[in-house]
Amino acid sequence: MTGFTKNPDRDWIKQRLIISSICVLFVFALLFFRLVYLQVIKGEEYRLQSEKNAVRLKSIKSSRGLIFDRNKKLLVDNRPSFNLKIVLEDAGDIKKTVKKVADLIQVPFDELMEKIAQARKRSFYKPVTLKGNISRDQLAIVEAHKFDLPGIHIDIEPTRHYIYKKSAAHLLGYLGQINSKELKSGKYPKVKSGDSIGRYGIEKSFQKFLQGKRGGRQIEVDANGRIIKVLKTVEPIAGLDLNLTLDQSLQKTAEKMLENKDGSVVAIDPKNGDVLVMASSPSFDQNDFIGGISSKKWKKLISDPGKPMNNKAIQAEYPPASTYKILTTFAALEEKYIDINTTVYCPGFLKYGNRVYRCWKKPGHGEMDVISGLAQSCDVFYYQAGDKIGVDTLAQYAMGSGLGKKTGITLENEKKGLIPTSAWKKKRFKESWQGGETLSVAIGQSYNLVTPLQMAVFIAAVGNGGTLYKPRIVKTIEDSHGNLVKKMEPEITGGLPASKETLDLVKVALLKVVHGERGTARSIRLKDVEIAGKTGTAQVFSIKKGEKVETENLEYSLRDHAWFVCYAPAQDPVIAVSVIIEHGEHGSSAAAPIAGALIEQYTRNYMIKEEIME
Amino acid sequence: MFDRRLIENFDWGFVVLIFLIGMVGLVILYSALTAGHEASTVHILFKKQMIWMGSGFIIMMIALLIDFRELDKLNLFIYALCVGLLISVILFGQLGGGSRRWLVLGFIRIQPSELMKIALIISLASVYSNSVSQMGLNFRKLIKPIILCVIPFVLIVSQPDLGTGLLLLLIAASITIFVKVEKRVFYTLTGICLSAIPLVWFTLKEYQKSRILTFLNPDRDPLGAGYHIIQSKIAIGSGMLTGKGFLKGTQNALSFLPEQHTDFIVSVLAEEWGLVGCSILLMLYFILLFWGLNIAYNCRNMFGSILAFGVTAMIFWQIFINIGMVMGLMPVVGVPLPLVSYGGSSVVTNMVGFGILLNISMRKFSSN
Repeated sequence: MTGFTKNPDRDWIKQRLIISSICVLFVFALLFFRLVYLQVIKGEEYRLQSEKNAVRLKSIKSSRGLIFDRNKKLLVDNRPSFNLKIVLEDAGDIKKTVKKVADLIQVPFDELMEKIAQARKRSFYKPVTLKGNISRDQLAIVEAHKFDLPGIHIDIEPTRHYIYKKSAAHLLGYLGQINSKELKSGKYPKVKSGDSIGRYGIEKSFQKFLQGKRGGRQIEVDANGRIIKVLKTVEPIAGLDLNLTLDQSLQKTAEKMLENKDGSVVAIDPKNGDVLVMASSPSFDQNDFIGGISSKKWKKLISDPGKPMNNKAIQAEYPPASTYKILTTFAALEEKYIDINTTVYCPGFLKYGNRVYRCWKKPGHGEMDVISGLAQSCDVFYYQAGDKIGVDTLAQYAMGSGLGKKTGITLENEKKGLIPTSAWKKKRFKESWQGGETLSVAIGQSYNLVTPLQMAVFIAAVGNGGTLYKPRIVKTIEDSHGNLVKKMEPEITGGLPASKETLDLVKVALLKVVHGERGTARSIRLKDVEIAGKTGTAQVFSIKKGEKVETENLEYSLRDHAWFVCYAPAQDPVIAVSVIIEHGEHGSSAAAPIAGALIEQYTRNYMIKEEIME
Repeated sequence: MFDRRLIENFDWGFVVLIFLIGMVGLVILYSALTAGHEASTVHILFKKQMIWMGSGFIIMMIALLIDFRELDKLNLFIYALCVGLLISVILFGQLGGGSRRWLVLGFIRIQPSELMKIALIISLASVYSNSVSQMGLNFRKLIKPIILCVIPFVLIVSQPDLGTGLLLLLIAASITIFVKVEKRVFYTLTGICLSAIPLVWFTLKEYQKSRILTFLNPDRDPLGAGYHIIQSKIAIGSGMLTGKGFLKGTQNALSFLPEQHTDFIVSVLAEEWGLVGCSILLMLYFILLFWGLNIAYNCRNMFGSILAFGVTAMIFWQIFINIGMVMGLMPVVGVPLPLVSYGGSSVVTNMVGFGILLNISMRKFSSN
């Protein structure tokens, strides 16, 4: 211990402390003189400035980036909206002024006063929005009486506009005003209170590209709040534009065919994972959200049993039904439980233990091999295959094919579906797996759940020879002058767990689904394009043994879901489609025609384009 | 353990001084709060600040109980504990305003970077009290102190909280220069610091660069810091000699001032109480700092002297940076004004500091 009672260091340290005190004194003198300079020497000047403090800040909103489809067709832009504002400090007799305005634009006086009451505690100098988005007539009349209305001015602000009402609403999303919690979170560093941020879809996922940067002005105003002079301006920077992979005209076709139905359509380019169509029905009008949706409209939207606010393409999970048989075929062929020569006799049912598992075709299919079994969707063939494969091996193949996990599309709240395993059931229900359940899994009818997007990625991979792509929705990001900022490259997430021989066999069978004599989707054949696909009918309601129910009498909500997944042209596909129609009953009649129409339109346009290219 | 001499030596004057500054602070805070908030909110915030001051006072009293020389023995333990807290704040800290500064322990939130200031002062005082000499310290003796500084600095800057990090370095530098380093060492270290400036520049966040550039040229950011400084100067200047009167500040009431209840609170004082009010506060602060140095002067124990100096330096830098910034003498940095600005963790840290000063003061006659 260095005590220093008798230490010469002590005097030395004391000396340094005295020097320190002098330093402090010096700094305080500096602060004091600065105060004297500001408060006495320049005091008069500053006092005057504070009395007429006429320098205001006026923020200039940046315009949000535009959104185009793959053919550079404009989908979302910004339109000017006129907002009526008041600066209270300049308004003189506030009540009188507001009364005048209310009479002029024919809006209840109380409504305007309420806006002021809400904003009053903030600041006297900051403009308060009296009424947003006024009409041209209201604008004209206010402008005409401008000099009678102290403190009132009109602000022009860019407002989001969705050109195709209700179209691709789930994909594009909408905006909402940022709330104080989000402001505090630090996630939106460039956003100020009163700004709108993306709340859903692409508007949300690509917020940081779309938002741009606010600008502003320092302005000097006169006693009535009118601008005398702009002192300084910082120009806003516009947000970046997005070029989507979406094909608007194809999207429109899909939506038209989905009208008055519940369901979803997804179309993908099998060569790179580009999302050509992503439709979900029922839809909503994004323009309703501009400037805040009314609570009445919101309540209506969220209480609708068709769930219009859900993007069914990525958020709705359905049993894959017979479309899953493609996967069971992979497992059976790869694990060598069957080969091209294996045949099974289908009498219309299979006895398993003391239960009878029925084939959808009551009289039975007769002798089935792997190609006819898949093409005609024979349940008995797949009961037998599934029983040999076992649930856990099947699950491995499903996971390897991209099911049971998110596709990774850049949209929020994507669901991952469900691929059951014996371990999962033990955990979930505390029961062991029953052999009979494997039979149901093999035909996609048990606990399995998939999203329409997952099935689109899957069938696209079947078509392109086994490559699983991450679905891409934005192709390129450009600045407002058209300079490329970012290019999203196609991303491969894996490969199907199937050899070329297996895939070729499956592809032959899928072609027969449409073009074979007994295929389940013969009705959608096109003249010059070969389509390969698979239908599915997902049971919502399981019919008990021996019970006979006529489907026409079945309540709507208990009717089966209709699936169709396909790609075309069969040899070198340029489009893959996945369609689900809730309660559509039969894949062949409810879902397949939609896919057929999309393929017809797309391949026709595609060929024209190819010709031009040549 | 608690002998009579301790009570006899208790520094009542210092406590009265802290109390006076605290009162002045509450008066200004009340003005500042009324401007930006509704009556009920003012009430809540004001009460909160009173509670913090009350608990700060209790913590100050607790800091009195243990002989400050125990801190010398425990210095490494305290230091390690605070570094541990800093690491855990990076791992599990609560996000606020884009950085992780807060650690939530049950119902209390602590800001370990604040506690670190005290811990570092204690550690440096402990190291230097054993190595100090009139010749000044050489490089070899500075290795340990430098390591002690760099670890918390890196941790705090990565939160990121550059302001507190730099404050930490300023405090450490003051203590080091106070105990004297060799001339050669002094020039080398100054050289290193100066040449590090361009390096630091590139690690700064965009808004930090902008604040510094704006200080050099207020026209650069006319919508942000530039505007705030202009308005703050108008507020201070317009107070003139005697001020506009309590609750009568127009710059304050009309929200021209940014953060008027935390970082810019001096502008409110200057506007409403004028040069007279400001001089009183400056005088009180000066007495406080002088008192702190006097405690160092009278202490017969080297560790105690350096510790008292370190705590005083901590208070000094906060006052100087805050007031300097508000008057446009320095770039905008978020450093609260001791005992006046709104905010709990600053109150608590400073009260711990005052507790340590009182502690040294009442044990000044014990040398070992």
